[in-house]
Amino acid sequence: MLRKSLALAALGLALTFSMVGGPTLAATTQEEPKDVHWSFEGPFGKFDKEQLQRGYKVYREVCSACHAMDLMYYRNLGQKGGPFYDPKYPNPNENPVVKSLAHDIQVKDIDQDTGDVISRPATPADKFLAPFPNEPAARASNGGALPPDLSVMTRAREGGPAYVYSLLTGFKAAPSDMSLPAGKYYDPYFPGDLTSTMKPGMAGHKAPMGGAIGMPPPLADGKVTFDDGKPSTVNEEAYDVVAFLEWAAEPKAEERKQFGLGAMIYLLIFSGLLYASYKKLWKNIEH
Amino acid sequence: MSGHSTYEPKSGLEKWLDSRLPILRFANDTIITFPTPKNLNYWWTFGGILALMLGIQIVSGIVLAMHYIPHVDMAFNSVQRIKRDVNFGWLIQGMHANGASMFFLAVYVHMFRNLYYGSYKAPREVLWLLGCVIYLLMIGTAFFGYVLPWGQMSFHGAVVITNLIGALPVVGHSITTWLWGGFAVDDPTLNRFFSLHYLLPFMIAGVVGLHIWALHVPGNNNPTGVNVTSASDTVPFHPYYTVKDGFAISVFLLLYGVFVFWLPDALGDAANYIKANPLVTPQHIVPEWYLLPFYAILRAVPNKLMGVVAMGLAIGSLFVLPWLDTSKVRSMRYRPTMRLYFFIFVLDCIVLGFCGAHSPDDPVFPISVSLQLLDANLNSFVWLSRIAALYYFAYFWVITPLMGLTETPLPVPETISSPVLSHPAAMPAGAAASPEKRG
Repeated sequence: MLRKSLALAALGLALTFSMVGGPTLAATTQEEPKDVHWSFEGPFGKFDKEQLQRGYKVYREVCSACHAMDLMYYRNLGQKGGPFYDPKYPNPNENPVVKSLAHDIQVKDIDQDTGDVISRPATPADKFLAPFPNEPAARASNGGALPPDLSVMTRAREGGPAYVYSLLTGFKAAPSDMSLPAGKYYDPYFPGDLTSTMKPGMAGHKAPMGGAIGMPPPLADGKVTFDDGKPSTVNEEAYDVVAFLEWAAEPKAEERKQFGLGAMIYLLIFSGLLYASYKKLWKNIEH
Repeated sequence: MSGHSTYEPKSGLEKWLDSRLPILRFANDTIITFPTPKNLNYWWTFGGILALMLGIQIVSGIVLAMHYIPHVDMAFNSVQRIKRDVNFGWLIQGMHANGASMFFLAVYVHMFRNLYYGSYKAPREVLWLLGCVIYLLMIGTAFFGYVLPWGQMSFHGAVVITNLIGALPVVGHSITTWLWGGFAVDDPTLNRFFSLHYLLPFMIAGVVGLHIWALHVPGNNNPTGVNVTSASDTVPFHPYYTVKDGFAISVFLLLYGVFVFWLPDALGDAANYIKANPLVTPQHIVPEWYLLPFYAILRAVPNKLMGVVAMGLAIGSLFVLPWLDTSKVRSMRYRPTMRLYFFIFVLDCIVLGFCGAHSPDDPVFPISVSLQLLDANLNSFVWLSRIAALYYFAYFWVITPLMGLTETPLPVPETISSPVLSHPAAMPAGAAASPEKRG
């Protein structure tokens, strides 16, 4: 009895241990982000100010229709390292370019005499105007989807700036064997699982990489007119707006790298001096 | 080594103070004249590095607390405001967030050094126990601290970890509710975690005081593991070790600086840049890298309560280590077989870390086939973590006690100075292969 069950177990082991096909479980897939590079990369990288200005224009004229940037104030645009920084105006609230950019935008306020809700031109001290008053309003205007805040967007996604760039430039027409729900768009760089969107009878087909995103392709050739005459292709618009978003995600990044370089050189020299002292001090100690 | 004090008050004021509060005598005896073995290598510099890291975390943390707002609606933005609008806020916040990782990196080196050289053995058991208490407090502090920025990983990490307590029979749920201050992780939870995050570092500082006290009674262990026998085995702590530790600290700060200045987000998770949303659970909830091995052990056990027990036992094993080790020889320089098991153990901890970072069902090897054994897929991280967890426990509970009884150690030098003065010819064969650079 025992021998028989042992033999059975061994047989079972041999059978189950034989290599079987891997599970075809549904899983989130996405294309690797495109190989794209910016001036701000690396320990010495700096932002290209003109690119940031173009990027702000793309945000202002395209993205800001749906996406808020809750952490940004207009004054940030004129602070050191910002797109409109002018050494003549160390206080960004006095920067005329920033003032006029803000002035073009109407924000809600409370009239201090009557308590009525009024509109007034924004000042550099105001937050970037949010497109929707609250989350339900944002969802209602976007087919139930919530456009995420863009303040730290390039840090909040795996793949960072390259991911955001790939997403913006990666929209494709849905493959014919796929039927997307209304208000959804196909982007191979957006993480998702498209198994359930395969048309009936296409179950054998492998679902394509990527996901269905609630945002229609936001950029188009010529959608924004750049002030410096740069041709506004989709790729250029995406490239510039991502640089702007990366700057906005950490406006002090340049300061961080510059300060760091000084601190590291200091530490390197200090380490050298300490090592020399250590060698001299221990010279006569047998250890 | 706590011998008599050599302090001689010089000025009148020093004499006056010495007969009332001998604080200068204490400082002199502990950090100036303290006799320290002269053969300590660079692995011994991590004690000083850790003291500095604790100081940096406390000072930067106190400044951050001046600007941080522990409220569910404001915490996330307040951390961002620190990085954007507070003078040098980006530096203070970056040093604090990356400082936690550096602190753990240093503590792990310190602990592995301890295991390798048998520093936990008599007469230093209490020193080791106090170190384990510090480590436990560090885990708690790091966990509370990670919740404060109130990103997605903060929030859902807090939910996962506090829910573990719910696995305790009978009282689990009541304790969880009590801990949360409500029926979910919410504003009261964030507030009390902030309070505890401010408290624990000062408890750590207190235990560090005891840790140093307990160090100064038997004195430092050393790479040979043999006791100090004469004054010629030692040098005064200052200037010999202040300068050597200072050099090591400076090099460590260079590494720290690489992260603070050039890779501030490399050790964090992108999901923590998204404001906490209880309704959206991130696809993979993972703790910070320094807790991943324990997370892997937790998930290796199918039963939640037993997983919690295993995780507790993983840390608990450290506490009883001095009484599990049967070997009379401290340093693994003279224990070639045990040394092999030790290096496998280090590797094992790293493997556990990788397991903790991956989804349990993900394949370890990227082959399109699975190694099916009954209903288990052996090519998965959960199975790798089971094997690794088994070795983790075996190292403490089987290998350590058995090896001490069965192995034949190499000849141990009579004194610290003997292998030093006559080296390299008379050096034991195993010593040459030891991984540390002799300082």
